[in-house]
Amino acid sequence: MDAAIELDGLERRYGERVALAGVSVSVPAGATLAVLGGNGAGKTTLLRVLAGLLRPHGGSARVLGAALPGGRWKLPAQVGYLGHEPLLYRELTGRENLRYHADLHGVAHSRLEPLLAQLGVEDRADEPVRDLSRGLVQRLAIARAVLHDPPLLLLDEPRANLDPSAAELAEPLIGRSAGRTRVLVSHDVQGALGESDAALGLRAGRPAPVDAELYR
Amino acid sequence: MIATARAILRKDLRIELRTRESVPAMVLFSITVYVLFHFGLDRDSLDGELASGVLWVTLLLAAVIGVSRLFAVEREQGGIDGLLLAPVDRTSLFVAKAAALFLFLTAVELVAVPAFALLLLGPGLGSALPELLLVLALGNLGIAAVGALVAALAAETRAHELIVPLLLLPLLVPVLIACAQATEPLLRQDAGPEDLGRWLSLLTLYDVVFVLLSVAVFDFLLED
Repeated sequence: MDAAIELDGLERRYGERVALAGVSVSVPAGATLAVLGGNGAGKTTLLRVLAGLLRPHGGSARVLGAALPGGRWKLPAQVGYLGHEPLLYRELTGRENLRYHADLHGVAHSRLEPLLAQLGVEDRADEPVRDLSRGLVQRLAIARAVLHDPPLLLLDEPRANLDPSAAELAEPLIGRSAGRTRVLVSHDVQGALGESDAALGLRAGRPAPVDAELYR
Repeated sequence: MIATARAILRKDLRIELRTRESVPAMVLFSITVYVLFHFGLDRDSLDGELASGVLWVTLLLAAVIGVSRLFAVEREQGGIDGLLLAPVDRTSLFVAKAAALFLFLTAVELVAVPAFALLLLGPGLGSALPELLLVLALGNLGIAAVGALVAALAAETRAHELIVPLLLLPLLVPVLIACAQATEPLLRQDAGPEDLGRWLSLLTLYDVVFVLLSVAVFDFLLED
């Protein structure tokens, strides 16, 4: 099976501070990689490098065949990124936000209504995002991340703020059953390991065994 | 590219209409400054160089407010990441931001210029209005091109409120000179617009150079 993601000795720094070093991993297409580690371990930085939002400073990185950083212009159409920030404008309604992102991705607006219905937010999608609960905002952020039907999902705590029924609604879009390649960052170690094919532990930006020591 | 720019512009105008953060502040600032000049100079009527200087310096300083806020929503709500995660030509972001700033400035001038005439021009603008509108349009274009560039440059810095005026105002000195010189004969009570063509040509040249320069470098400003 072709590798969707291939990292070899990946490095990333913020000034003098090393955020990632020596990260090597290969993720086959359609597989899920769980990225685990404590706060500040480099998980979000790794996702942002894979999304093409940050340049790698060392090692090599190939994502969906694109070598980073040179080939990162190929990524946006193929990557769905769900980070800590929902990337939605608070003064716009959910529907307006999704139409805006659909326009940026060249996606027909007709794709939005089924997505909103699938996530159970169609009745609240005309309210400004600032008036919505975190759970509803997260559902809209999930819709934003998948509206262009990307083959690769980069998910940072994707079920944060979702109640069990909402998590169930989101499952066909961002869960294992979606059939997409996924990189999943989570603090729910057992849950993440249960829905992944491989795991990468990070401690202070460096690979570490996934065991009880990882969070100490 | 045009479709993307239109989507970004529509979003920016919608947000401004709902938040009313930029244009009302720029209008209020302009009128306040004209009131201050009215009382500070203790004159009901200015003309010539002094009138055009007061008009344009005030509009330029009001533009600083608009430029400072131009990327605020992107900076605060992850809009830049949203754009970088979409397969769009980044030039469309420049076009949209410059167009938004141009429209904001035009909206400000719809109120500020009549207020200026009321407070500081005795006989009013009279027959000079068509020429003044042309100078305002070309001035706005230059301010919008440079403003969008500077706003993007400052967007990811911590001290963007300081960087915007420090970069913007020196870059706009040629616009100020050309606009003030082109406007001066229009506000003179005893003469016609004899130098208008020369200064409008300079303004047009400035606009063309900065639009092209901004398009050329804008991509790199958003790089990590």
